[in-house]
Amino acid sequence: MTFCSILFEKTEDGVEKETLEAPVFFVDLNLDQIIDAVTASKQEYNLKPFYYTSLTDIDAIKYRHEIFRDLENKNLFENIKSFAQKMRAMREHLAQADKLHYKYQKERWFLEAVEIYCDAVNCLVHDLSLADVKSRGFLAFREFLTDYAKSERFTPLLGETKKLFDDLSSVKYCLRIKDGSIKVRKYESEIDYSANVEETFQKFKQGAVKDYRVKFLAGPADMNHVEAAVLDLVARLYPDIFLYLDNYCVKNSNYLDETIIVFDREIQFYVAYLEYVAVFKRTGLKFCYPQISNKSKEVYDYEGFDLALAYKLEKLSVVCNDFYLKDKERIFVVSGPNQGGKTTFARAFGQLHYLASIGCPVPGREAQLFLFDRLFAHFEKEENIKNLRGKLQDDLVRIHSILEQATSNSIIVMNEIFTSTTLQDQFFLSKRMMEKIIELDLVCVWVTFIDELASFGEQTVSMVSTVVPENPAMRTYKIVRRPADGLAYAIAIAEKYRLTYHYLKERVKS
Amino acid sequence: MKAFLMFKDQDFDLRRKLPLNEQALTQDLELNTLFNAMALGDKFLFDVAKWAVLCGLNNDLNTILYRQDILKDCLKNPSIVRDIYDIAVGAIEGEKKSYWSFFSKYPGAILSRSIEVLQMSVGVLKRLRNVADEHADKFDSKGFRAFFAMLKRELGDEYFGCVENHLKELKFRDGVLMSAELGKGNKGTNYVLRQSQEKKQSWMERIFAKKPPVYTYNIHPRDESGFRALSELRERGINLVANALAQSTDHILSFFNLLRTELAFYVGCLNLHGQLAQMGEPISFPLPTASSERRQSFNELYDICLALTMKQKIVGNDVNADNKDLVIVTGANQGGKSTFLRSLGLAQLMVQCGMFVPAESFCSNICDGLFTHYKREEDATMKSGKLDEELSRMSDIVDHITSNPMLLFNESFAATNEREGSEIARQITCALLEKGMKIVFVTHLYEFAHGFVDKRMENAIFLRAERQADGGRTFKLVEGEPLQTSYGEDLYRALWSKRD
Repeated sequence: MTFCSILFEKTEDGVEKETLEAPVFFVDLNLDQIIDAVTASKQEYNLKPFYYTSLTDIDAIKYRHEIFRDLENKNLFENIKSFAQKMRAMREHLAQADKLHYKYQKERWFLEAVEIYCDAVNCLVHDLSLADVKSRGFLAFREFLTDYAKSERFTPLLGETKKLFDDLSSVKYCLRIKDGSIKVRKYESEIDYSANVEETFQKFKQGAVKDYRVKFLAGPADMNHVEAAVLDLVARLYPDIFLYLDNYCVKNSNYLDETIIVFDREIQFYVAYLEYVAVFKRTGLKFCYPQISNKSKEVYDYEGFDLALAYKLEKLSVVCNDFYLKDKERIFVVSGPNQGGKTTFARAFGQLHYLASIGCPVPGREAQLFLFDRLFAHFEKEENIKNLRGKLQDDLVRIHSILEQATSNSIIVMNEIFTSTTLQDQFFLSKRMMEKIIELDLVCVWVTFIDELASFGEQTVSMVSTVVPENPAMRTYKIVRRPADGLAYAIAIAEKYRLTYHYLKERVKS
Repeated sequence: MKAFLMFKDQDFDLRRKLPLNEQALTQDLELNTLFNAMALGDKFLFDVAKWAVLCGLNNDLNTILYRQDILKDCLKNPSIVRDIYDIAVGAIEGEKKSYWSFFSKYPGAILSRSIEVLQMSVGVLKRLRNVADEHADKFDSKGFRAFFAMLKRELGDEYFGCVENHLKELKFRDGVLMSAELGKGNKGTNYVLRQSQEKKQSWMERIFAKKPPVYTYNIHPRDESGFRALSELRERGINLVANALAQSTDHILSFFNLLRTELAFYVGCLNLHGQLAQMGEPISFPLPTASSERRQSFNELYDICLALTMKQKIVGNDVNADNKDLVIVTGANQGGKSTFLRSLGLAQLMVQCGMFVPAESFCSNICDGLFTHYKREEDATMKSGKLDEELSRMSDIVDHITSNPMLLFNESFAATNEREGSEIARQITCALLEKGMKIVFVTHLYEFAHGFVDKRMENAIFLRAERQADGGRTFKLVEGEPLQTSYGEDLYRALWSKRD
């Protein structure tokens, strides 16, 4: 099997044109926040296009799952990270070499870049040979890399680089600065005078004292013309070494291997996501590799949660929720008290399916998810009372267009639609929509406060946000599968605020 | 080079942590009065006194005796000791005058400043050496003998010569010679200052010896940035030696600082001694014994802080509480109970830091912790929380208690009624006694005090503030069992009669 890409097994699966534009539902589902956070520390790799493109093939998803599983091995993960770090250092060195203009300085930066590259390749070959990788992707890549490291392209490069390095580090010279001149010659074992002075005052030593060594601001990349002139004189002291360096740079200007460069970028898709996920795992949240089906709509997830919310809450505890659809069930109708986690539940449902579709592990202990062809989200935009008719119209237009495009393999996530009209209107419109959705056999989450939708038919499942019985004003953010009974909460909350019929009779003096 | 005047083999470190209950001790024993008497307005002497006294609880018997001997020498030669102290202070202040280039970014500036300070320090060291030559034979203590011997050994004429050679060499009349290697990007690195080894060769050898190639680069006289670069290169070369020299001056100064700090304790003792002598109050060197023993016996022990405040001779106490773990003090109000308790605590601290004590004679075992639990004057409205507060403080003490401490209770646990207070006090005291701790308890809680009388314990002693037949107080404690009343009535009557 020849290695093609760590993201796709077959070339034809590859992204034809990388898009920098996020899918339309990203903002509604807060997937934009998730992907921003995932890629935040990896800007240089331009990873977003990978996260913006769903896969359509179950085997392509499994290809990625296998690689993720391999990378869950801590050693391999660290190996890949250290490889990436070296490649980054190499790029920085090349960029530096490009900027400089003293010849021997430039050449040395180039030599150091190549040295880092050779080291990165060798280390990775070594690490992979010890790693117990099982994924198709890593097995193929290991074979490729091992062959490369033994190839005619790589071994001479390594040998020459090492020799030059050793030679240059053996260079040692003396300077005598007096007035306006510098004399340069080879070092001849003169004694260290600072040590001598230190020795004299040794007897006064009293423990730690301040460090008076001045830190010179000039970094290794800065070199003034006097230093450059000294370097030229040193090159005259050691002519063979510096001639070799000249030839080396000319000969090896095209040393980089394209496949390795691409791997270095693409593997970051996995690294970035795993690093992001690790934060949550540390707080006890669970992730799993979902079963993916493009036939069965019996989806489920246990102990799932909204990733974007979890990221914001940091260490505060995140409430996990379970859901499942069985047999003919297709539609979650989520109702219950406000601020009870309904929207969060809907978002989490959408996030799960999307993340599964790009081959990533998803929040939850165990999951089976549906491989959709299209994912739609319809979330209320900022409420705008001034433009009543316009908004309702806009709502309808959007939903119409969604239902036009949707196939029986699509997923819809809807959050409180039609709120800008009368209850009667809402009820009427919602019923019509429900009929259409059922007709299309769509998988759907619908957040609403119209209880009647929850018991619409055998396709609908009622999910309800809950409160603490002793303190109805406190939300649990737990969404449970239960008949919609909004009234009970309303009365409990009213009682707490002494606003029930009896309370009000007492409080309001006639 | 170390002074070793506080410990035989370690420095006296002002950064050491004070005991956690430092504040309570200072307040309950009025330690600031003692520190002020030692300091005579000098902040530094105050700090040293404070650290020496409060950290003394960690000293072993040998250290205590080591310091007692040194202190005896000091009392014998006060002016010489003060001279040495002044020499050390002078060196430190001399350095501060050339403070200007302390934070310099230029090794050259650091180097020249260090040379200046070093030249000054050499002068001071020579003076110190002269004191040693002149007066060493007047001192008998191990500490001072070792100190003077060290000065003579380390600061010989030959050594001073060697130092002066370096100071000359470091002016670099022949230019700066340094070695370097190629670092990152072929930039020179690892600059190390070198001393050229001018081999003695005959002129014949010099002419015919094979010379290794030397290349020269001359900066154009008008190349200003070139000269700047050159001088930076030179600075890199002398960076390490400047550091070495600056650190050496720091070390020498910290030697002076150490000497000053350690002598400051004895100077403080000299100051205190002067004041007590003026009042005619006696002092004596105490006899400390091992912490496993139970010793507590003395003659004419007085509260040094009360004497210093009153500026007059005050009443002392004689007690023999050897082999006792528990001392219970009861008796008349304003009968000197608190003063007595304080004098015990103060004397214990003074013993353990190696000082003399305010008594004609004094003997006690050393302890590894001193804890005071005094009734605190709290805000009256917080009455309900007062027992809470007391118990919480007690709990803090228990959290930090050591294995062989002395505990001083002053009317503790009286914030509730007598029965409850007694029961709490009894339970606490019994538990601590069983843990082998030494306790002195001043109390009005009759039930508590008398309960221990009934136990007929071998290891308990009862003292009572004396009351004369006419109700007058002598402020002297005598051995005696607790009485049921504490003569509050007397006080009341005394006040009443004054008014009449």
